[in-house]
Amino acid sequence: MKYDIILGGVGGQGILSVAAVIAQAAMASGLEVRQSEVHGMAQRGGAVQAHLRLADGPIHGDLIGLGRADMILSMEPLEALRYVDYLKPEGLVVSAEEPYNNIVDYPDEAMVLGAVAALPHGIIVQTKQLAREAGNPTAANMVLVGAASKYLPIELPRIRDAVKARLASKGEAVVEMNLKALELGRGEK
Amino acid sequence: MSEHVLLGDEAVGLGALHAGASFAYGYPGTPSTEIIEYMQHVLAHNPAELFQGSAEPLPRASWCSNEKTAYEAAIGASAVNRRVLVTMKHVGLNVAADPFMNSTLMNIQGGVVLAVGDDPGMHSSQNEQDSRYFADFAKMPCLEPHDQQEAYEMTREAFDLSERFHVPVLLKLVTRLSHSRAVVRPRAPRARNPMLKFSGRDDFMVLPATSRKNYAAHLGVMVELERESVASAYNPLVLADEGADIATRRSRPFAVITTGLGRNYYEENASDLGFVPDHLHIGMYPLPMDTIRRLAEGASRVICIEEGYPYVERLLKGIVPQELVVSGKLDGTVQASGELDPDNVRAALGLSPLKSGAVAVPFSLPGRPPQLCQGCPHADTFIALKEALSPYPESLVTSDIGCYSLGFLPPHQVIETALCMGASITMGRGAAESGMHPVVAVLGDSTFMHSGLTGLTDVVSAKLSITVIILDNYTTGMTGGQDTIVASPGIRAAVLGLGVEPEHCVEIVPLAKNREQNVAIIAGELAYRGVSVVIAKRECIQTLKRRNAKQGAVS
Ligand code: SF4
Repeated sequence: MKYDIILGGVGGQGILSVAAVIAQAAMASGLEVRQSEVHGMAQRGGAVQAHLRLADGPIHGDLIGLGRADMILSMEPLEALRYVDYLKPEGLVVSAEEPYNNIVDYPDEAMVLGAVAALPHGIIVQTKQLAREAGNPTAANMVLVGAASKYLPIELPRIRDAVKARLASKGEAVVEMNLKALELGRGEK
Repeated sequence: MSEHVLLGDEAVGLGALHAGASFAYGYPGTPSTEIIEYMQHVLAHNPAELFQGSAEPLPRASWCSNEKTAYEAAIGASAVNRRVLVTMKHVGLNVAADPFMNSTLMNIQGGVVLAVGDDPGMHSSQNEQDSRYFADFAKMPCLEPHDQQEAYEMTREAFDLSERFHVPVLLKLVTRLSHSRAVVRPRAPRARNPMLKFSGRDDFMVLPATSRKNYAAHLGVMVELERESVASAYNPLVLADEGADIATRRSRPFAVITTGLGRNYYEENASDLGFVPDHLHIGMYPLPMDTIRRLAEGASRVICIEEGYPYVERLLKGIVPQELVVSGKLDGTVQASGELDPDNVRAALGLSPLKSGAVAVPFSLPGRPPQLCQGCPHADTFIALKEALSPYPESLVTSDIGCYSLGFLPPHQVIETALCMGASITMGRGAAESGMHPVVAVLGDSTFMHSGLTGLTDVVSAKLSITVIILDNYTTGMTGGQDTIVASPGIRAAVLGLGVEPEHCVEIVPLAKNREQNVAIIAGELAYRGVSVVIAKRECIQTLKRRNAKQGAVS
């Protein structure tokens, strides 16, 4: 089994946390994991991507090739579209609904969302609203993990454990809110 | 020992601690920064587990003023038998080149390992120079890991090689490995070396007489190192069929040589080839010439897949018989610049792309380049500077390497040049001396301490008209906020000490509400015919946020 995920977003949106939670959960499930990250100048408000590879056997490289990704998981709809060439024919796109508009030439927002919805397997998640329902607008990235979790080759309890472990130092209330965000995301169609 | 999930950089840091390094010295630079950061983290949190039973003080991992001072400190520690790791990015080695080139003539005692982070694809750099050329130039052995476990193992091995052959060893990393995580299985740590001064009078001396002798000896060491390289498990030659005769081997379409991460992308695609090529992977240099000959004698064509410059490919033509076709970056088989990836390696192997599930996006996607953080102090300085310059029909704003290099792009578009660390002031000197006015040199506090002091000395002594703006955000911002080597008061003291007139060393606080006042101050210094320094003091938003979060968590 191999499961390759391209993570997209804008620097500062927390895609490294998304990657870290899934990676931790995969490892706890006995899978091999490779995770490539973006550090340095590219992190400053620009387009960022991370490659996350899960497998039950050895993984050769840190990068995913075009036409090989099982999932694009994006914190931002325009950024989701940026990576569609990486998708397998049956690959999924799971994207947050909220645009992050920090450029002058951002296209019409409805058109962007329309393009995501028009993908063969495009799923749009109202991360911001659900995070607010969970009581913490900054937990949008955990809503996204929740939405992705239905399709990942990982059991939900492992993902919950990973969220708990990652946020333990921030106190119980923060952990609970993020677990709630995870659940709301998972329930999202 | 337990498994760790580590970045390639972190694996190097842990490898050095486990190899018994007493010190790590470096200057922050993407993608190498996380090596020392991780060592500092481990040393701050977990020393007992790592260093049970040792009476010695703990190792130290420190940032230095620049790469040259870091490298020199390492050679000094080695002279008294301590093991040292030095870290920098590839262009940092240009700064350290002077001690680096001579260091192979030193009779290294405590192991010295130089971990250099190359940046093919220029994710966060000004070029993609390949440090293997530097190793070759200095006649220094080089190890090049292709995954995180190997990064750990090779770091340890590099210390052994360094002490066995009495030379520093260069460990070549690339961004993609430095910044990717995988499971690393460490081995038991070993003890550090005691302090012990070198015993040979000529061991650490570069007078012509000593250097002639030491260089001749070093050439002999390089011959031994090449033998070591041929025998090394890091240079595995896998023949598809050991028993096949040469004619059968030559009838296959091609053989493959990989270096660095090229191996991973080759292995990823190899099963689609329809035949098994002979394959040599090179992870240790000097090149294993005999092994290359063994591969080449049974090949009609060799494809070289190298992360970085075509280093092996270029040398191959002189080593192997002429009828052999050598393919790679020089003949266009492999993409000549940028990073390797599974797709361009796939194309180099003659395979067609995999079918993608993409449907064409019906409009063109705008790019999203990096930009200064919301609330970054540099933005307010740029706004004020632009306004102060507006009365002049012509001006030149030279700048430097840091977050503020983004001032070249919209919305600010105020800085006009960047060459290398510290060149803002010295390029400004050349332009000012040529008659340009006003000339403004903009650089960060960390860059100023790295390479700005000498340039400022030059402009003061030449009595030129130039305004230097030091963006003092109390940190090395671009690499994630490492502490600067000298705090703010020290910067002002240094500026005054170098001879800048006190009334022309002024401070501003770059905030929107101070804009008018800041414009007036900068305008005043632009009008001054002489050297002036404006220190723009306000903390980086990122380090400020992190500090606040920490304090919040504690309370
Ligand atoms: S990291 Fe700091 S210095 Fe760099 S852009 Fe952000 S606020 Fe400015």
